[in-house]
Amino acid sequence: MSEGSEVLVAHEGGRIAVRKTYKLYMGGTFHRSESGRTFVVRDASGGFLANAALASRKDARDAVVAARTAFGTWSGMPAHNRGQVLYRVAEVLEARRTQFASEMQVATGVSTETALHEVDAAVDRWIWYAGWADKIAQVRGGMNPVAGPFLNFSVPEPSGVAAVLAPQDSALLGLVSVIAPAIVSGGTAVVVASSRYPLPAITLSEVLAASEVPGGVVNVLTGDVAEISPWLASHLDVNAIDVTGAPGVLADDLAAAAAHNLKRVIRPPFGDWTTDPGLDRLIGYLETKTVWHPLAW
Amino acid sequence: MRFEYAPAPESRAVITLRDSYGLFIGGSFVAGSSVFKTISPATEDVLAEVTLGGAEDVDRAVAAARHAYERTWSVMPGKERGKYLFRIARLITERARELAVLETLDNGMPILQARDVDVPLASAHFFYHAGWADKLGYAGFGPSPRPLGVAGQVIPWNFPLLMLAWKIAPALACGNTVVLKPAETTPLTALLFAEICADADLPPGVVNVVTGDGGTGHSLVAHPGIDKIAFTGARSVGKEIARMCAVSGKRLTLELGGTATNIVFDDADVDQAVEGIVNGIFFNQGHVCCTGSRLLVQESVAGTFLDALRSRMARLRLGDPLDRNTDIGAINSRAQLDKITSLVSSGTADGASRWSAPCTLPDHGFWFPPTLLTEVPSASRIMQEEIFGPVLSVATFSTPEEALVKANGAPYGLSAGVWTQQGALLLQMSSALRAGVIWANTFNRFDPSSPFGGYKESGFGREGGRHGLEAYLDVVSAGDVGGGIGV
Repeated sequence: MSEGSEVLVAHEGGRIAVRKTYKLYMGGTFHRSESGRTFVVRDASGGFLANAALASRKDARDAVVAARTAFGTWSGMPAHNRGQVLYRVAEVLEARRTQFASEMQVATGVSTETALHEVDAAVDRWIWYAGWADKIAQVRGGMNPVAGPFLNFSVPEPSGVAAVLAPQDSALLGLVSVIAPAIVSGGTAVVVASSRYPLPAITLSEVLAASEVPGGVVNVLTGDVAEISPWLASHLDVNAIDVTGAPGVLADDLAAAAAHNLKRVIRPPFGDWTTDPGLDRLIGYLETKTVWHPLAW
Repeated sequence: MRFEYAPAPESRAVITLRDSYGLFIGGSFVAGSSVFKTISPATEDVLAEVTLGGAEDVDRAVAAARHAYERTWSVMPGKERGKYLFRIARLITERARELAVLETLDNGMPILQARDVDVPLASAHFFYHAGWADKLGYAGFGPSPRPLGVAGQVIPWNFPLLMLAWKIAPALACGNTVVLKPAETTPLTALLFAEICADADLPPGVVNVVTGDGGTGHSLVAHPGIDKIAFTGARSVGKEIARMCAVSGKRLTLELGGTATNIVFDDADVDQAVEGIVNGIFFNQGHVCCTGSRLLVQESVAGTFLDALRSRMARLRLGDPLDRNTDIGAINSRAQLDKITSLVSSGTADGASRWSAPCTLPDHGFWFPPTLLTEVPSASRIMQEEIFGPVLSVATFSTPEEALVKANGAPYGLSAGVWTQQGALLLQMSSALRAGVIWANTFNRFDPSSPFGGYKESGFGREGGRHGLEAYLDVVSAGDVGGGIGV
């Protein structure tokens, strides 16, 4: 037992702490891997933290089915309501601020102050994207003044199901920064958590489950990104892939595999997660639909 | 077949009225120099005593707003400003029933409209604009648009809380501070809103509420410490404000009502159109700036359409605004009732035929039955002036061109409605109508993301949506000035 993990495992007065089982999050509920496999997650000092589920190819495929099933409801919801749901995630995350900070501290060894700062930034990131839900259409869409008696306008629409490989280094802020833009416009996601820091992703899933995010909108897999991601990159019912969490060579391979059904590949240059995220990621998950209609007396 | 309705009154127990209300200046309620009483238009009972803001009160409020603007609000990062607006949105929703009952008591609108339209839209407006506070650089007004400063906002009595939200939410999101003057007859929800601002820990002075009458509004518009005026109300007052701002150089947006026309073509779905037109004119007793007060029906279907309309109107339930079965509430004031009565008389004197729905008017309070005027001459005052009451004037047309001439002939241009199953005709009419909002096969739809505002003498500037932000941003110099506020 390392010193840091005492934050999680209190045993005052001889009481033995109750440990949590970390499962996969799919279709709104928590499951062990169908493969029965787990892997050991260690804290910053190398001590045992938990056995996380080691997701398999079948888990990944099941997660895609859950994401596809949720797509109709989520993308059909008014943008205002999606914004409300994302804001609710921020509210619930803020309320669990210290829980996340202590988990991050244990996992990464950062100071309390740094951990709290990252949680705050993650809350603010949800709020930033919550506000975009009912605004992106006016920023990215509009009327087209075609030369003829037609009403012609363009609107952004979500691509569909995204595979999101969360960054390996940023356990919460980076994770939120890749999930929120994938879902804010109505898309649904299969997220592969950081292999190094998978536990905050599962704890975040508990926040999502408590925030009225419909089941299946975000599905979280833990395991080996190199094992799972090729199946997602080549999956014909996945419409986009964010390869942020894959090391360089693997990312190239995944982008190439994604070309099979012309997935949208999200691969922004590496950035500092604490800076203004801009619109690149959000726009990466959008299609543009143009509608023509005649004008006549 | 007629159904009997048991009374279904909303409880007044959710509200606690104080005997007397001060002005909300610099984050707390303060006494003013004199007071007036606000009454319930449904019963004429006094609800509370309210402060009549004088010139010196306006001066204090403007000073508080200026202080908050310079020290706090304009220098706060947008994402933090936004959090206050999110809080306000949530607090409005949490106190929604209380606000709705208070609105109905003070205004006379049916409780269902207060509960399902006025209050939830007000909350949604804050929620929507909260999200803009840290995204102003993406709104198309330059990379770092700046706020204007202190906004003086004068709002009407028809949707007191919603009009407050339309004014305050974008102003705050863009980094301005405000002095709001609610309508003389409906100050109470604005005062409850002031409590909500305090509960949200909104920095003192960011929102100031000065109740009063026309004189209070005049002091606000004339105050040299104000950078921008936003006014919703009567056209004559709007023109006077425009003259004042022309001299003072204040930025100005105006929303001045209208005489919206609903145009029904012979292929329209009759049931859908009747429902939409009834909603369009009788919603909130016609106390809606975009109310569909004029109806143009294509000649070939006019007879059957008007029969269907009368039949629907006869089933409207007029009475206690707090009753959940009520469709038509009270007229907001005796002055407004007198104006409606006078305009209807002028219409019948011009040759129009009057038909009113058979309903019993309560003994106390201000009431006017849902009324139809047919064979109204185009030049009649009632076709040209805003009546702001439950009175629908009907004329007919034979061709789309004729309908357009009649619809566009009014000096106003706030909104219009078109009813037809032909998409191409619908859109062609929409592009030819000279009005700021066109409803196609629907009417009186509002959304915080949808810009609202008029053409011609209905005013200028838009409220809502990306376009509405412009009213509170210094977009002229945004490209020239570095820095700007935090976004």
